Amino acid sequence: MKKLYAFLLALVFTLPSVCLTSCVVEEEEEGEDTSGAYYDVEVDDISYYEKFRDKNITINVYNWGEYISNGSEESLDVVGAFEKISGIKVNYTNYATNEDMYAKFKSGATSVYDVVIPSDYMIDKMIEEDMLEEINYDNIPNYQYIDEKFKSPDYDNTGEGGTAKFSVPYTWGTVGIIYNKKYITEEEASTWDILWNPEYKGQILMFSNSKDAFAIGLKKLGYSMNTTNMEEIAEASVLLREQKPNVQTYVMDQIFDKMQLEEAWIAPYYAGDALTMIENAAKNDIELGFAFPKEGTNIFIDAMCIPKGSRNKEAAEAFINFMCELEVMTANGEYIFYSTPSTQAKEMILSNMEEYMSEDEIERYLLISYPDEELIAKCESFINLPKDTNELIIRNWNDILIGIDEDSWWNKAILPVSIIIALGFCILIILLRYRKMQKKRARY
Amino acid sequence: MNNKKFKILAVPYIVWMLIFTIIPLALILVFAFTDRNAEGFRFTFDNIQFAARYLPVLIKSVYFATVATIICLVVAYPLAYIMSKMRLNHQRTMVMLVMLPMWMNFLLRTYAWMSILETNSGFLNRFLSIFNIGPVHIMYTQAAVILGMVYNYIPYMILPLYTIMIKIDNRLIEAAQDLGCNTYSVFRKVIIPLSFPGITSGITMTFVPAVSTFVISQLLGGPKNNLIGDLIESHFVSGGEYNPYYGSAISLLLMVVVFICIGIFNQFDNEEMEETLK
Repeated sequence: MKKLYAFLLALVFTLPSVCLTSCVVEEEEEGEDTSGAYYDVEVDDISYYEKFRDKNITINVYNWGEYISNGSEESLDVVGAFEKISGIKVNYTNYATNEDMYAKFKSGATSVYDVVIPSDYMIDKMIEEDMLEEINYDNIPNYQYIDEKFKSPDYDNTGEGGTAKFSVPYTWGTVGIIYNKKYITEEEASTWDILWNPEYKGQILMFSNSKDAFAIGLKKLGYSMNTTNMEEIAEASVLLREQKPNVQTYVMDQIFDKMQLEEAWIAPYYAGDALTMIENAAKNDIELGFAFPKEGTNIFIDAMCIPKGSRNKEAAEAFINFMCELEVMTANGEYIFYSTPSTQAKEMILSNMEEYMSEDEIERYLLISYPDEELIAKCESFINLPKDTNELIIRNWNDILIGIDEDSWWNKAILPVSIIIALGFCILIILLRYRKMQKKRARY
Repeated sequence: MNNKKFKILAVPYIVWMLIFTIIPLALILVFAFTDRNAEGFRFTFDNIQFAARYLPVLIKSVYFATVATIICLVVAYPLAYIMSKMRLNHQRTMVMLVMLPMWMNFLLRTYAWMSILETNSGFLNRFLSIFNIGPVHIMYTQAAVILGMVYNYIPYMILPLYTIMIKIDNRLIEAAQDLGCNTYSVFRKVIIPLSFPGITSGITMTFVPAVSTFVISQLLGGPKNNLIGDLIESHFVSGGEYNPYYGSAISLLLMVVVFICIGIFNQFDNEEMEETLK
């Protein structure tokens, strides 16, 4: 609905806006931009940004894919607006998972980026490994808009009085179950058990990353998803192994197509993306729903950080500050559907939505993006686990995906057998060579 | 004298190989036998032992790659022969057509296959449903993975075969016919032996990438058909713990297996060549 509206708007505005932007560019070229020129965003304190002008600064921002309002469909082009207002050039690049980002940093890209937006547990890990720079919150006046409860998160509470020292929250959300309303009722979908239900064999999708998958297994068993208890993890891996025959495939981003085209009926995924899917599926006349499992689920926060080795820390802080401008938070919240950590921005989003969404849609949005306190109380967020636990989980997960059962006799026998076969082949090759040499010799 | 001059020309390639082949290989070797903890690097066999757990996957990968290579050979050989006998401008068009899919990223092409094969919304099944043929389940089977491999690597089979076949002297074929060979014997005694180098390089160029295939198997094969390439990938990127040590150990194991396969194959090849050229 929103997209249709936006498309119509885009049609109406295309011609005049082309003209407008060209005018603005001309104005800028004439050097009039210092005297209260035209900007895309109304900010609290323009002089804060203007002090960076004409210094020829470039910053590198590393964010999740599809995770910022980017100017398409008449939304606000956040990066472009920031460049315009501050004169700082932004190199904006994407990653798909926390682990990709982490691997890139570990393989030596640390000094390249100025702003990254990892999730909670990854921030914890990066703080522990001394990969993040302390943020000077005095340079981020808009931090005032962030709700108090987000200012002292579990993953970053080493500051004064348990407050954050390294991060500024960007968005938050939960994991729930997306289901096709044609085949499944909401009541059925309100528990993780549905992902194990043999009735829906071949219609279930599952996370392909170990962390989210094990969180579901552990939550279903009623354990903490941050457990370090080996037995609990072993139980969860047995459970996930049992689930495998019912699972159609293990996915991340592919889930959008699968659910929207009815290739699968049930899938656990993030709330913000669920809204996108529901909206897109409605265009194909497919009705999707989103349910919170009663056993509790994962609540995550993605926050902006400055990695160690940033060459333009102040400019990076300016970018973070800009991302916390109410208008920018609103634009991002409306575009990516993830929940914003600022009540004021939330109110603005809701009042904007009234213009183009029906009441039902807004209610659904509220229900999914801002679940009530009772549900949130049952949620848990990831913390950074010890290396052994992480490795155990990854090993178990790989074994499940690959289909290896440590205890079967076949797996015990395979190593000696293959070594013998390999040696046999080596000897065969040498023998063949030898025979050939002899033949050659015989010929002369 | 002349030889020396030409050796200088090889310098860029040697430097290239040193930087992009030898050093990475050495790194894999080092990583496969080391481990890092608080005290620093240490030598260990643990990684290899760990990698050995995945031998069944490795065997499965070799099996898939073998089947895919055989299918590629069977499909590509007649095509390459027909191509080599065409008029020159037709040949160029054909080579273009063979190369055409390679202009696109393989990931995109694999996604395209997914939307063809999907059970409900796939093009194939929508097409079949016109004739009331029930949905065929190809997606997430072994067949889908092999299809993906064949599709992706068949140009690497066609091109070496074709380049060898255009060099076959037509007079040799005519001579064989003059000496009383029928079509079948010409094929068996002249064309196959002469195109043998093409067959070997084609098989090598298809088999090696097919063994280490990843993503294709994940996308088309689903949860039951993960191959060794996916496993290596998962140790380098996803999953949380960046662990190049296990990843390298598995890679090393894979390299040893490929090495043995190619070794066996080369023996076979030399002998055959010498027999026929005697």
